[in-house]
Amino acid sequence: MSQKTIITGVIGSDTHIVGNRIISMALEKAGYKVISLGALTPAEDFVKAAIETKADAILVSSLYGQGELDCRGFRSLCTEAGLDGILLYVGGNLVVGKHSWDEVNAIFLDMGFDRAARPGTRLEDILSWLEQDLGKQ
Amino acid sequence: MSEFALLIDFGSTYTKLRAINLDEAKILGSSQGPSTVTSDINIGMEQALNSLKNSLGSLPPFKYRLASSSAAGGLKMITIGLVKELTVEAAKRAALGAGAKLVGIFANRLNSVDLKQIVDLNPDIILLAGGTDGGDSQVVIHNAKKLGESSLDCPFIYAGNRSAVDEVSHAFAHKNLVITENVMPEFNVLNIEPARAAIRDIFINRIIHAKGIDKAKGQFDHLLMPTPSAVMEGARLIADGYNDSTGLGELLVIDPGGATTDVHSIATGNPSVQGVIQRGLPETRVKRTVEGDLGMRHNAVTILETVGVDELVSLSNIHGEKIIEMITYLSNNPDSVPQGPEEIALDSALASTALKIAMKRHCGSIEVVYTATGPVTAQDGKDLTQIKTLIGTGGVIAHSKDPMTLLQCTLSSSDEPNSLRPTSPQILIDRDYILFACGLLSQVDPKAAFNLAIEHLTNGK
Repeated sequence: MSQKTIITGVIGSDTHIVGNRIISMALEKAGYKVISLGALTPAEDFVKAAIETKADAILVSSLYGQGELDCRGFRSLCTEAGLDGILLYVGGNLVVGKHSWDEVNAIFLDMGFDRAARPGTRLEDILSWLEQDLGKQ
Repeated sequence: MSEFALLIDFGSTYTKLRAINLDEAKILGSSQGPSTVTSDINIGMEQALNSLKNSLGSLPPFKYRLASSSAAGGLKMITIGLVKELTVEAAKRAALGAGAKLVGIFANRLNSVDLKQIVDLNPDIILLAGGTDGGDSQVVIHNAKKLGESSLDCPFIYAGNRSAVDEVSHAFAHKNLVITENVMPEFNVLNIEPARAAIRDIFINRIIHAKGIDKAKGQFDHLLMPTPSAVMEGARLIADGYNDSTGLGELLVIDPGGATTDVHSIATGNPSVQGVIQRGLPETRVKRTVEGDLGMRHNAVTILETVGVDELVSLSNIHGEKIIEMITYLSNNPDSVPQGPEEIALDSALASTALKIAMKRHCGSIEVVYTATGPVTAQDGKDLTQIKTLIGTGGVIAHSKDPMTLLQCTLSSSDEPNSLRPTSPQILIDRDYILFACGLLSQVDPKAAFNLAIEHLTNGK
């Protein structure tokens, strides 16, 4: 099986790069080809990178509470660019205020993300999600 | 006994000659003849040689006779990539860096309308890119098939996804195809040197013949490169120096012409202030941009449309209606040379405007992004604020009565604080159009070429 390519980055005007770096390193160690876009990445840049590199999945981080705004329309952007069915994950402190995780999870799955990772999600869980979801493709 | 070199530029309007005394690093003589490539290139060359002979008494024996060319429309190229900001941009930079004149840029899947347009543009070379290595191959294979089935008979260069090489070769089975390394092997990593080398090879081995320039091959030993490349090589030599001769360091060259304005920078363009985040594609140290919409004659109307008539009125002190009338005349008579005071004033207003816009587009800019943790400065393109030297070349600069003022218009100004144009470089004027000659000479005798450039530029004020 050929090596899978994954795009990572922190969306919007968000500079919190540390968690994203840790995920990228873990993915590389697990044998994925990682294209790491870093902090302050507009949604369009995730999509452009995914087109040229024929990525299998995009992992979007958002830690500053504006995730719901930044990620709106992300799936449509992918579909528009011909990335039909690309695997999309989102994770971090996705919204501010008092919402239960179930509510937050529902918002992001509704937006077209395949999975949303709550604060404190373990790296092992993300890796096993990927293995499961990419294996299906 | 001194040694001599003859440097030739087969230009689009003139055939220019520079005879150089290599030991003294001085211009022995200059001359020019018309560009006669459409009939027989030798006619213009003979005229230029005779004129040189007349001014010198007799021609010395030349150790080197080297030429560059932008005759017969220059090196016309079309580049094709996948995403506009990524492989499309990388392919474009490779072509510009090779001295090409870009006549078309295409992204994503080519359709039948694109194909018809490409055939009509009749390019000399087509550069096909798309996909990082191991990345997308569907689009580039689709494009290769379309081009392969077309009636195009120009040489093709493939510099896209390595994984698609077999399918692409198959698609071009009946065409002239050169395969080289991917212009973007990894995401956001530029690798344009191999594509540049491939373009230059095709230029020397095939295009020169196709354009009839090799008919004059008895008059020169080697035709080395397209004219813009010669200027770029000259700029690189002046910046970097040669062995024990220290160069001038990071520099910019600006070259306004009748149809386009070229800007070359030899500079990393890294942020001059700490803590600035760089965005977009990485920059190459040697970079050429061409503004196809900024020319003093063919595109005078575009300059007017870009800045508006009021700007030209304030620069030239001519009233608006008269300016429009004069500009219409200029674009219909691209060979006209300004005569009266009004024409000269308008010409310098057009030149300073074209130079300023071209410089602004070549240099990067900054933008302050507000984040949850405070403001962050992001930089797009090159920071050239700290550049030490700015060189003006080309006919417009050489013929200007006040080239210093023209070039000063290109420097950073307080009304555009986000533009990263040079702040206070020393300005040098290439009065006798020596840069192309230094670029050619740098390939065989870099020491003489360097000394010639320095002698000429710094003492020619």
